[in-house]
Amino acid sequence: MPVTDPEAVLRGERLAVTRALTQIENNTKEGYQLLEALFPHTGKAHLIGVTGAPGTGKSTLVNQLAYHYRHPQKENKPPRIAVIAVDPTSPFSGGALLGDRVRMQDLAGDPGVFVRSMASRGSLGGLAAATGSLVGVFDAAGYEIIIIETVGAGQAEVDIASLAHTTIVVEAPGLGDEIQTIKAGILEIADILVVNKADQPGADHSLRALRTMLTLAHPQPEDLSHHGAALQSTAVPGGEPEPDWVPPVLPTTAATGEGIPDLVEELAAHVSYLHTSGEWGKREEKRLTNELELLLRDSLRSRWETKISPTTYKSILNKVVHREITPWKAVAVLLEGAGL
Amino acid sequence: MGDQQDKIRVLIAKAGLDGHDRGAKVVARALRDAGMEVIYTGLRQTPEMITEAALQEDVQVVGLSILSGAHMTLVPKIKKLLEDQGLDNVKLFLGGIIPDEDKPKLEELGVAGIYGPGTSTQSIITDIRNACQ
Repeated sequence: MPVTDPEAVLRGERLAVTRALTQIENNTKEGYQLLEALFPHTGKAHLIGVTGAPGTGKSTLVNQLAYHYRHPQKENKPPRIAVIAVDPTSPFSGGALLGDRVRMQDLAGDPGVFVRSMASRGSLGGLAAATGSLVGVFDAAGYEIIIIETVGAGQAEVDIASLAHTTIVVEAPGLGDEIQTIKAGILEIADILVVNKADQPGADHSLRALRTMLTLAHPQPEDLSHHGAALQSTAVPGGEPEPDWVPPVLPTTAATGEGIPDLVEELAAHVSYLHTSGEWGKREEKRLTNELELLLRDSLRSRWETKISPTTYKSILNKVVHREITPWKAVAVLLEGAGL
Repeated sequence: MGDQQDKIRVLIAKAGLDGHDRGAKVVARALRDAGMEVIYTGLRQTPEMITEAALQEDVQVVGLSILSGAHMTLVPKIKKLLEDQGLDNVKLFLGGIIPDEDKPKLEELGVAGIYGPGTSTQSIITDIRNACQ
């Protein structure tokens, strides 16, 4: 197979883009060279993360969102959209069934949309290890909006927050009481909260519970009078109030498209908030820090692997299994053995 | 850098207008359990949609399920569209009700494997693995 030309990727040629995505996902030498060439051209796209429990309608929402961007009400030129949809890899076989495209049929035939499915390949945070790098390929290829759909996430799969500029957390009616809404984890990372399937019973209850949770997290002056006693607001200590983003809670019915225009409006509002508050730069810094640390960790691990023989590793592992030495001692021995 | 990892990526598509996707799902599941990454597209895919998905997903294999009898129209069209996109290297596999007299013509078109009812999933897995070497 011919080597992919980074110039062709930058021109947005779809065959070059798709081959580059594969090389990078497979962690090949060619993929690494492509990333080297493409990185200077990244940093322009708006990265939107979509996360939430399985079955809340994430893929259907992504389908509607991308479709809405591609068919603007006014005569604006629609942005080019890339979608990266991550589904889980089986921990037993290493295989995966990637089924998000089934819900994205409305995007077929539109050359301004590129949908790529991705298996998580053993990562546990809701994304795959290479997701951030694939985002870079689309960014360099001129896709203005990149939507990243995570694995159906439970409570703690929050990697998306350090990748995306805007994180949408999708809930569906009937997924728990108010205590669920004040637990740590996925709700904390939301820039926009969506209650999808809003035409179903219980949607009002979910909307109310989420809004109550948000007034606790972002108290407004009128929320602070409890039994008549005026509580002191800690959020506004005297001087200029900090520019703060209170996540909106939106009802949508992705199956029909109800509520999608409001969601697109809130996304635009969040982008301008990110720019005026300086948060855009901060998030970019956080993302690159995160990426660097992950790369460093992986590289250290592979370098270590080349320095330790599999037999040594096995014999030490065996000692741990037979409880002759502790796992902590084993780590110390293994690192020493590799000269680290 | 971490370790290089190559996975066989397969697109499973229901081409044409019949709505029987049980076979496609059984095969998709079997390939998943064989360690492949299977992209499932759902029902009623046009040749254009299948080609677009094959391009975007950069699969090595497209598995078509056709039970409507329209294979002699659909397969050449898909083959041509794949070539137009520069995807000459993609291997086509076909499952469904394919009469024996059509098989030589389909093989001539470059279909790498044809499977009727009662095929063991293991033989499909083996053939795909061999084709992707």
